[in-house]
Amino acid sequence: MEQFQIEPLVSLRIGNTDISYTNSALFMTFAVVLTAVLFWAATRHRTMVPGRLQATAEMLYEFVAGMVKDNTGLEGMRYFPFVFTLFMFILFGNILGLMPYGFTFTSHIIVTAAMAVFIFLGVTFIGFWRHGLHFFSLFVPPGAPLGIAIILAPLELFSYLIRPLSMSLRLFANMLAGHVLLKVLAGFIISLGVIFGLVPFMAVFAVTLLEIMVAVIQAYVFALLTCLYLNDAIHLH
Amino acid sequence: METEAAKMIGAGLAAIGVLGGGVGVGLVFGNYMNAAARNPALKDELRTYAFLGFALSEATSLFALVIALIILYA
Repeated sequence: MEQFQIEPLVSLRIGNTDISYTNSALFMTFAVVLTAVLFWAATRHRTMVPGRLQATAEMLYEFVAGMVKDNTGLEGMRYFPFVFTLFMFILFGNILGLMPYGFTFTSHIIVTAAMAVFIFLGVTFIGFWRHGLHFFSLFVPPGAPLGIAIILAPLELFSYLIRPLSMSLRLFANMLAGHVLLKVLAGFIISLGVIFGLVPFMAVFAVTLLEIMVAVIQAYVFALLTCLYLNDAIHLH
Repeated sequence: METEAAKMIGAGLAAIGVLGGGVGVGLVFGNYMNAAARNPALKDELRTYAFLGFALSEATSLFALVIALIILYA
């Protein structure tokens, strides 16, 4: 579909590798710049009683900070900057994709897979760094008898290894499905004409609201799962 | 049977898997509301688990959707 096509805006090549600046990269730049500008503007004139912009920034900060603290404890707060950056990047990516003529970079599995694999490797590294080989006890359920533990350990290992796949597929498929649904419904408006087209038009309106909700929920879920995986690596059970 | 037609039928069959995810998400949020109505003090604490359960059960249905898309376009 046209809206998912990646087109190079500035063609760049190093050897045989294509590193063109694409429309996908453009919207990633938008997401980063908008986040930076939002927090720069919100914290420029700090006041005791926050204004609207400062209150927005504080709410976002406290929301993510509360999530990290509830799920990983105080030890996990050192990874808060990473989780917050991730949350804002995905949130802005999802919301920018809903703008007219916008490009949703989170609807490409290569983008979400890169983030999920990076988190998976990082979390595994943190686990080994903090606990050494004791980290493998994560795969043995606590309190299970030996006979059952032998059966469960491979399953736990498998569910651990499948994490990057499920994490990237969740975000990618949600975004893709939402945009395809909007496209299909919008096609009905044209084919049904002005009078009967009002029904799918109302449906598109409602689905757009739903998609805004999904955009926020998926960013939240991605950050929440990162927190839970970090918690596994830090506390092992 | 033509390959194109078989592909479309296959994708449609694969998309049936989304049904289970729909039931799962409904159960998660239904039970969350049930729990929140019985004990409103735990509402905020349970919301995290509700969204986690929502995400985990939705992912299984999205696997079916991805299979359908792979059959159609890949």
